[in-house]
Amino acid sequence: MKKLRKILERVIEAMLTVSGAVTSIAILLIVAFLFREGLGLFKSPTVERGYAVYVNSANPVQSLLPWQLKEIFDFQIENWNELGGPDEEIRVFRFNEIFSLYTDEQLDADNDYALLPERLAEVIAANPAIIAYLPQRYAPVEDESVKTVQTGTITMAQFFLGRKWMPTAKPAAQFGVLPLVLGTLMVSFMAILIALPLGLGVAIYMSELASERVRRLLKPAIELLAGIPSVVYGFFGLVVLVPLVQRTFNLDVGETAFTGSLILAIMALPTIITVAEDAMRNTPRAMREASLAMGATDWQTIYRVVIPYSLSGISAAVVLGIGRAIGETMAVLMVTGNAAVMPHTLFEPVRTIPATIAAELGEAASGSSHYQALFMLGCILFVITLIVSITAEAISKRKHEVGV
Amino acid sequence: MIETKKVDFFYGDFQALKNISMRMDKNTVTAFIGPSGCGKSTFLRLFNRMNDLIPDIHLKGECLIDGQDIYARGVEVDELRKKVGMVFQKPNPFPKSIFENVAYGLRVNGMRDKNFIEQRVEESLQSAALWGEVKDKLRKSAFELSGGQQQRLCIARALAISPSIVLMDEPASALDPISTAKIEELIHDLKKHYTIVIVTHNMQQAARVSDKTGFFMLGELIEFSDTKKMFINPEKEQTQNYITGRFG
Ligand SMILES: Nc1ncnc2c1ncn2[C@@H]1O[C@H](COP(=O)(O)OP(=O)(O)O)[C@@H](O)[C@H]1O
Ligand SMILES: [Mg+2]
Repeated sequence: MKKLRKILERVIEAMLTVSGAVTSIAILLIVAFLFREGLGLFKSPTVERGYAVYVNSANPVQSLLPWQLKEIFDFQIENWNELGGPDEEIRVFRFNEIFSLYTDEQLDADNDYALLPERLAEVIAANPAIIAYLPQRYAPVEDESVKTVQTGTITMAQFFLGRKWMPTAKPAAQFGVLPLVLGTLMVSFMAILIALPLGLGVAIYMSELASERVRRLLKPAIELLAGIPSVVYGFFGLVVLVPLVQRTFNLDVGETAFTGSLILAIMALPTIITVAEDAMRNTPRAMREASLAMGATDWQTIYRVVIPYSLSGISAAVVLGIGRAIGETMAVLMVTGNAAVMPHTLFEPVRTIPATIAAELGEAASGSSHYQALFMLGCILFVITLIVSITAEAISKRKHEVGV
Repeated sequence: MIETKKVDFFYGDFQALKNISMRMDKNTVTAFIGPSGCGKSTFLRLFNRMNDLIPDIHLKGECLIDGQDIYARGVEVDELRKKVGMVFQKPNPFPKSIFENVAYGLRVNGMRDKNFIEQRVEESLQSAALWGEVKDKLRKSAFELSGGQQQRLCIARALAISPSIVLMDEPASALDPISTAKIEELIHDLKKHYTIVIVTHNMQQAARVSDKTGFFMLGELIEFSDTKKMFINPEKEQTQNYITGRFG
């Protein structure tokens, strides 16, 4: 009998160990997958796979950066001398143009455009200031008059310091995450700034001041709020907050970073309140009694004993609140206006990282550099949350060890 | 001096104290003994109004400290509690440093003078016979102390604001014999400066530390007299039975 029980205990123990190990490994694998997909970005060519950029061999320019390519094809850079070349106006040549320069016969259309490479070579040879973005399949033969421009791969610096997020730009997509990171930080930070004092205030009220009856009504109501799907919050934001912000601050559009912060603050509140309240109520009665017995007032007891005692729980509340704010997608997507530009004030449209991932993952071809860039965004999000929780952990630990 | 006159106390409908009249003099140690649940803690907690924290309580009769009714209207409870310190059954230091634990009462009373606080902390720790053991680690967390040290820290904490009365609710029941002996010795010393009321379920302890002893049963004060007399020659049979261990 006893033996059987021992064996049973062993089995249960083993099962628990295995499930713990499997969960940990699964989490690690997910993170590893995220980073593997994401880091592939820095091996991807700047221009779309299967395409290349060609110039006349007389052109001394050897290589171009993504932003230079973009500005050339957007006619923002108009002269080769801006790129260290001769003082000549840039002639941008797009692949389609070849069909207006030559007839189908001249291109041998019937024979799978067999003459296309030759014709392209002719065009490039004829114009020393030309730059052409062409599919490699019909690539002109490289000779004395035609050469490929090195466009290189996407670099970390371009990704992390780039100020433009244009993942579908041709010929060179721009993956600068700075506006998205800033948008995320701005919206989340503001949200926490609003939600934290409010949330802690309500938590203190509920755990310390409210009567048992009020508490019994309020607590389930707040917990219910935490369960409302975020689209509903987003809809509320869109219908109520957006016009409100627009009118109150007299703006052209109500979809701003600030609106996003408001909706996030509302969404993070239930979590912050319930977690912080639980932590405060868990302060042993003996602690409160000790304080009150020394002639401390209720309020002194709250801020000198209850709050320090429940600090680790409160920081858990903060982390969960920030986590929700940083990771929240739908609601923010709906009310922030979704403009992936560098934000300057709180009252401009912004785009956050999660919103970007949600909005673009569907259209990014699997394995493309756009797809990899979105995974990289996921990695950034992961790192930000990691930093937040490590910091909170460190704070609550230090306070507990040394005492206040 | 503490005096109660015909005190009845109710938790809701349940009467926990029945018609208790008693007098505790200045600079004496009074012990309350009796089987658990007989109302010793309830009675003790009347004197610093700690029972006020419990909802739905009700008090009849009078409870006077130095002649003043502490349940009269207009009495400031926090002021009362500064005069009447308390040490609890389980050591309950704050999650703060040793120094800050003792300084707590001074700080909540608005004391800012650093030198005064330091001096008072040292004096209190000395009175609680703890100074020698902690003087080199005042900034360490109070949780690093042993249980017995923590309890003496709690005593020092109570003494720091110079109360005139110290209430102790089974202060040694969670401690080992050596720590208990230290606390008992301490109580003996503190008597010179403080009026002490101590609840204990340990009769030897009551006999060792107290001048007078009250024996409670089922919310009633059965007998109250000099400790010596109580233990050698009790008046009531119930007392006799209890101290000879026939029930309890
Ligand atoms: N908060 C409370 N609410 C209701 N009844 C209580 C409460 N505290 C104590 N009692 C009751 O009052 C009686 C006396 O309790 P207490 O004073 O703690 O006894 P003792 O300290 O002598 O063990 C017990 O019957 C106990 O159940
Ligand atoms: Mg008791």
